[in-house]
Amino acid sequence: MTDTDTDAGTDSDTGADSLPVDSSPVIGRELQLITLEVNGEEYEVITEPRRTLVDILRHELRLTGTHVGCEHGVCGACTVLLDGRPVRACLMFAAQAEGAAIRTVESLSDGADGSELSDLQRAFRSHHGLQCGFCTPGFLMLAEGFLAERPQATKAEIREVVAANLCRCTGYQSIVEAIDSCAAARREGEEK
Amino acid sequence: MKPAPFRYHRARDLAGATRLLAELGEDAKVIAGGQSLVAMMNFRLARPQHLIDIAGLRELDHLGTDADGALRVGALTTHHTVETAPPGTLGAEFEVIRAAMGWIGHLPIRTRGTAGGSVAHADATAEWCLLAVALDAAFLVHGPRGRRRIAAGDFFLGPYTTALDPDELLTEIVFPRPAPYAALTEFAARRGDFAIVSAAVDLDVQGASVRGGRVALGGVAPVPVRVPEAEEVLAGGGSFTACAAAAAAAVEPPDDANGSASYRKQLIATLVRRACEEAVSR
Repeated sequence: MTDTDTDAGTDSDTGADSLPVDSSPVIGRELQLITLEVNGEEYEVITEPRRTLVDILRHELRLTGTHVGCEHGVCGACTVLLDGRPVRACLMFAAQAEGAAIRTVESLSDGADGSELSDLQRAFRSHHGLQCGFCTPGFLMLAEGFLAERPQATKAEIREVVAANLCRCTGYQSIVEAIDSCAAARREGEEK
Repeated sequence: MKPAPFRYHRARDLAGATRLLAELGEDAKVIAGGQSLVAMMNFRLARPQHLIDIAGLRELDHLGTDADGALRVGALTTHHTVETAPPGTLGAEFEVIRAAMGWIGHLPIRTRGTAGGSVAHADATAEWCLLAVALDAAFLVHGPRGRRRIAAGDFFLGPYTTALDPDELLTEIVFPRPAPYAALTEFAARRGDFAIVSAAVDLDVQGASVRGGRVALGGVAPVPVRVPEAEEVLAGGGSFTACAAAAAAAVEPPDDANGSASYRKQLIATLVRRACEEAVSR
């Protein structure tokens, strides 16, 4: 991890050397400068340390593809990849993500306007893996991270993994089918 | 909801972390993976004035057996790291620990949540806490007065309450001896939810017969507990069913919205037997 700059007037970089401790019990609006790498681009944000990664992604970086639902780690709508692994963006502060490579749903599609869908997104579409779409970015990033780690995933493993996220429309069957077919197609592609 | 304001501190090394803890006292909380703490802060059930992020202390992220055959788990080791450890890292001796990881939350929780964080948080149904009690683990902690070792049996004092002093940091979990015939199982309304009851056993097997063992339960008391009455049945050559029945009879589980006391007793009878059967089938 990199150490944060203290230009923004905070003591965020407290280590072994200095201990700028405020004896006052009231914590004001402390601001800190954080640097995030999102979808291959570097962003600098001045923010309160209490803001979660999902709020920074949405409100500061305007990457609103990542959704926010329950804000306590139950629904999975905010799932993003942190160094390739799926995580809940509502269960970490943005400052904790410094130094990590973050990927959001915006990174999946291609083309100038992002209209070229990835194989995983196309599989969700062709298997009717979404209806209202609210949970979809979370499911896509969950599946993207999981398949990268387990390209040989069985259908049973996929069923187990998608239990991490909530979908109130599809009944999950179509989501499992979509992920399974995408995994199978990628395996076939590898063999060729 | 959004958490209350706090100051964020990033520790560079163990000495810096413990010095910060000593300086900031009870207003400070240590954050590692944050999978319990951030949720509690979002609910404002926790409102620490200072967060000390220890994620940069990479020396606390390790997993392996030492020369004495003990398994040493660094506090920052994630559940996912344990779950996906290469064959041989834990071996058959500690397969029980690898297998137990699948019961913890879901994949995106396990990629962030840490062994040390789970133990220090001390939820009564947490898998790491139950494993530690069942397998006689010890916790290494660092503080301004130096290093000390706390036995798992002395560590958990109540719900979310441990023997850690406010200025102490948990650094390592030590599982002292191989547990080739051990298993953990549990029951929750949905996979990934907090367990209503969880059970772990560590059997002493000689040849083809069980000579004794340890039985521990989660979700039946404010902290994970050993059940000597059930262990006596095993030591006396009793059946797994008799052992499980003794466990169910010995404890007074809570009666709450997650399940009545009698329901929990039925779960204990089933889960202890199931854990014993799984332990000998390894």
